Amino acid sequence: MRTATRTSEVATTDAGRRRRRRGRFLLLRLLQGVLTLLVVSILIFVATQLLPGDVARVILGDAATPERLAALRVQLGLDLPVHQQYLNWLGGVLRGDPGQSLVTGRPVLDMVGVRLVNSLTLAGVAMLVMLPLALLAGVSAARRRGKLLDRLFLGTSMIANATPEFVIGSVLVVLLGTTVWPILPPVALLPTGQSPLMHLPSIALPVLTLVIAGGAYLARLVRVSFIDVMSSEYIQMAKLKGLSERRIVYRHALPNALGAVIPAASLVAAITIGGIVVVEYLFAYPGIGSLLLESIRSRDLPVIQAVVLIIAASYFILNFLADTLAGGRDRRA
Amino acid sequence: MDIPSGSPTAGRASRAPGMARRFLRSGQVRLGVGLVLATTAFALLGPLLTPFDPLRSVSMAYAPPDAAHPLGTDNLGRDVLSRLMAGGIHLAWMAPAAAILGVGSGAAIGMIAAFRGGIVDAVLMRTMDVLLAFPGILFALLFVSIVGPQPWLLILITAIALMPGCARVIRGATLPFTASEFVLWGRAVGLAPRRILVGEILPNVTSPLMVEFGIRLMLAVGLLASLSFIGYGIQAPTPDWGLMVSENRSGLSIQPLAVVAPIIFIVLYTVGGNLIAEGAARVIGRTEGKVR
Amino acid sequence: MTGSEVEVSGLEVAVEATGALIVDDVSLRLASGHVMGVVGESGSGKSTLALAMLGYAKQGARISAGHVVVDGVDLLSLSERELRAVRGRKVAYVPQDPATALNPALSIRTQLTEGLGRRREVSLPALRELLRAVGLPDDDGFLKRRPRELSGGQQQRIAIAMAIAADPRLVVFDEPTTGLDVSTQARVLELVRRLCRERSMAAVYVSHDLAVVADVADTVIVMYAGQVVEAGPTRDVITRPNHPYTRALLAAVPSVGERHRLIPIRGRAPAVGDATPGCSYAPRCGFAIDACRTADPPLAATSGGRLVRCIRHEELAAKPSVTDRVPDLRAAAAGDGDFLRVSGLSAYYAGRQVLSDVSFGLARGECLAVVGESGSGKTTMSRCLIGLHGEQEGDYRFDGAAMPARAERRSASTRRQLQYVFQNPYGSLNPRRSIEQNLTAPTRDLLGMDAEASRRRAREVLDRVEIPAALLARYPGELSGGQLQRVAIARALACEPKLLLCDEVTSALDVSVQASVVELLRSLLDDGLSMIFVTHNLAVVRSIADRVIVLNGGRIVESGGTEEVLSAPTHPYTQALMTDTLDVPKSTSI
Repeated sequence: MRTATRTSEVATTDAGRRRRRRGRFLLLRLLQGVLTLLVVSILIFVATQLLPGDVARVILGDAATPERLAALRVQLGLDLPVHQQYLNWLGGVLRGDPGQSLVTGRPVLDMVGVRLVNSLTLAGVAMLVMLPLALLAGVSAARRRGKLLDRLFLGTSMIANATPEFVIGSVLVVLLGTTVWPILPPVALLPTGQSPLMHLPSIALPVLTLVIAGGAYLARLVRVSFIDVMSSEYIQMAKLKGLSERRIVYRHALPNALGAVIPAASLVAAITIGGIVVVEYLFAYPGIGSLLLESIRSRDLPVIQAVVLIIAASYFILNFLADTLAGGRDRRA
Repeated sequence: MDIPSGSPTAGRASRAPGMARRFLRSGQVRLGVGLVLATTAFALLGPLLTPFDPLRSVSMAYAPPDAAHPLGTDNLGRDVLSRLMAGGIHLAWMAPAAAILGVGSGAAIGMIAAFRGGIVDAVLMRTMDVLLAFPGILFALLFVSIVGPQPWLLILITAIALMPGCARVIRGATLPFTASEFVLWGRAVGLAPRRILVGEILPNVTSPLMVEFGIRLMLAVGLLASLSFIGYGIQAPTPDWGLMVSENRSGLSIQPLAVVAPIIFIVLYTVGGNLIAEGAARVIGRTEGKVR
Repeated sequence: MTGSEVEVSGLEVAVEATGALIVDDVSLRLASGHVMGVVGESGSGKSTLALAMLGYAKQGARISAGHVVVDGVDLLSLSERELRAVRGRKVAYVPQDPATALNPALSIRTQLTEGLGRRREVSLPALRELLRAVGLPDDDGFLKRRPRELSGGQQQRIAIAMAIAADPRLVVFDEPTTGLDVSTQARVLELVRRLCRERSMAAVYVSHDLAVVADVADTVIVMYAGQVVEAGPTRDVITRPNHPYTRALLAAVPSVGERHRLIPIRGRAPAVGDATPGCSYAPRCGFAIDACRTADPPLAATSGGRLVRCIRHEELAAKPSVTDRVPDLRAAAAGDGDFLRVSGLSAYYAGRQVLSDVSFGLARGECLAVVGESGSGKTTMSRCLIGLHGEQEGDYRFDGAAMPARAERRSASTRRQLQYVFQNPYGSLNPRRSIEQNLTAPTRDLLGMDAEASRRRAREVLDRVEIPAALLARYPGELSGGQLQRVAIARALACEPKLLLCDEVTSALDVSVQASVVELLRSLLDDGLSMIFVTHNLAVVRSIADRVIVLNGGRIVESGGTEEVLSAPTHPYTQALMTDTLDVPKSTSI
């Protein structure tokens, strides 16, 4: 009895230590993330500096006089050393002012704002549809492992998983937009200033594309994770305790299977962000992806820098979320 | 997709040699290799056998299929079949080149990080994290707009985009072996680190490497084709599958074949890569006694 | 004896795909309040039998025949639904490894109460009562914990509490103390005995450890190749074994009490589906006659109230046991302990001190055992000696010269002369290389031998460890654990070592195999090799070591000659260790 109490004290301090360790780990990840973003911002800045073409000339056109070019360079701070330019830019970003568009002259923040909301809406709707669907599909397939439904699931999800987003999107356009059964608009043009949520049919195809591309991967993860959990010792133990099938699946298996999948889900969200560039281009959707393509084409440096930084930051946030949800355990180990 | 990691007990039920042969005995792997080889052969030989000049207009735009043009014509009235045959060659050599480069460097980094541990591990893997925080496609967009769509640049960028993920997986697969007794023994009796890494550990991670190659090949095809599609890869008027999808989208309702035909070939290629990966993962799962 | 609470008859479990039997026609009876031990080596079907007694078979296996009657109900005739109602209430199970058998996502409280049926809210006082009964704290904080937050011993107590929560008539214990330290094991065994007596439950206790079964069980059945080969009262069976296998098994077990020669069982146990005509033990049996190889021997009742599956059991029972333990009197090597000297070794792990000021010496030709439980620092110490532990301070002298702490700083000849054999035989050899390649790698790299010479050397050392040269072309995956451990020893020998460090080399092996490895190591000592033997197993220490150091909490608490330390320990820790270590009762030949 005495020994048991003693060991329980040991266990308590163990739990405390684990919590502290977890806190330290997350703090470390946060610092690492900030550092990563800093490095990324430098990379972005340097890369955009390397873009061919003189910014002043882009703005003023070929007819500009050397004096006017020089004056504009001073005005834009382009005459300063590169590291000074970077610090100025970074300071602006941190103050919430990433500069003005070279092409439209509007503040970058205004241009990016609406587009960002549009993109987040698109990705958010896609995730909302994808998560329950992937969960349902993965668990159903796992519970009918080896049966027809499972094989069907494995085959189709494998193909969907292997197919690039633009191909999935194009196939959907052929099937539902133009040729086979045209019931949905093949492009997702939005009237300016209106939320995509008011035009759900317009965004149906882009959402569907993202859902298929990410959901196939996620559902397969759910399936494997569920099968792993179901063959674990503690599920055998639950069966030997005489628990009902329902209780075993929902109370014993699912929480553990989800524990393995949730970090992956935020990874899928991150992949979705990468995919959004292509999908927005494909459906002419006014988001940050298409904004990026437009601004690269027009050499609009401040906009490029802002958009790339936003995408990198959202990648980081999702990764951090995954780490937090993984309970502070290093999921890369 | 299943990304299994090796385990030190993997050898318990498996014989080492003939691993490649055992992979090829798997129906999935065989189908995958078959698809990749067939697509590659079509793409490599196609340009020599085109019935028409893929760059010249031979008819009106978006003409439906007929006897002379079995797949019809495209947005500029060029023969779709000829462009299809000539349009895979870039993907066919650039994707494997990028996959080999990406998997090779990623695997080397992952293995060294796992084996050396400590500060080397931290520096290498944090660097990979930085790269991972940058979607491959952004990377490509930036650099292609700086340097221009050079093939070597596209390969390099794709390889860099593939590298960090592969490094993580291979690090994970190597880690259990770095703590396994035969490696400890080798270190204790003073075998050279390079000898341990290449001679003792590498043969044990060939299976995850095979899986990685399949996955990364699939991703390389996807990324390269996507780049062509949004106009930052192979440039018009050169025939290219990804580009064809983009060029002929406006005629989708009149002449869907001009879009569907290249899509089919891209999908055959990526599905082939994925089948190799999945089949290999399944073979490993079987030998490790894991049921998938 | 009261009426039988549990009656198993004709129980068979088969591999679903092939129909090969894993458990072959097992019958047994068990009264309430009694504990029946089930003893067998790995692959004997004992765990499959344990699960089958709850009407359960693992994936890929199927209960193909028989009855398991508990409290008047035949479990095997029940529907899946009825079976669920019986499990946990009439029959319960205690798993081998509670760390994986308890659900990591659910609290202790949830896992304890959910077994108790539809009454979701079991009264809290009853729950606290249950926790106290298994010797655990009963406060709310404890009930909210997850399994991860408990020690191994506590987890096992939770598993036991879970099993007895609904007052079942039969509890099946599947190696519940394997993996626990001896002190924890002693307390868990005491708990098992007490609970069975107080609650008059019948218990089946499965174990590979004869000493544990001798301690806890009233009756015992010995399993071999899926069959019961001997059954009877525990004391009788263990002190006067009738079946040749039981005899051989007992002759292979080392004793804490005295040093004696261990006699391994030759050959390998048959795998499932390796059906041979006649007695399944005949190929390895020293008493086998032609008749043994033609017909299956029946399980016959002896005059002593025992069941034995051997046609010669009557002759053998009359024969004085040839497997009587032979005292072994290897003269302890004398010396000043200067062959290897470790002074003031302290080691840290992530800043925490795990070894404090450890000093000892080893004489040439001596075998020194380093004994300790988990957490004692013994693993860290062997890592330090190997030269692969970073955070350490202290001095080493080896063979008259100072030896650096880190392996890569040691001279080539030191690295060659100091060789290692590890615990896990399956990880010791590179699975992707043949046995020959595994053996030639060190001689080519370290001794600079050419291909021909190193191949010759491989053959020699393999011969020394009694492995046929035919296995040279095989891969580690094709060898048994015992064979692999011998090859690992051969690889060490190939370098012509002077000192061999053995880190828990026998703990992953069955006793009959352990015996052969211990005997091999002893013969190497006779050849003049020096040895450091790290282990938690005191009986193995007794049978091989000249001197012992006992580690506890990173310090040496006692050291001296094996005989003195184990027979008359002076430090309280060593005394407690000796009290908690179980020994197989000595056989008495008629």
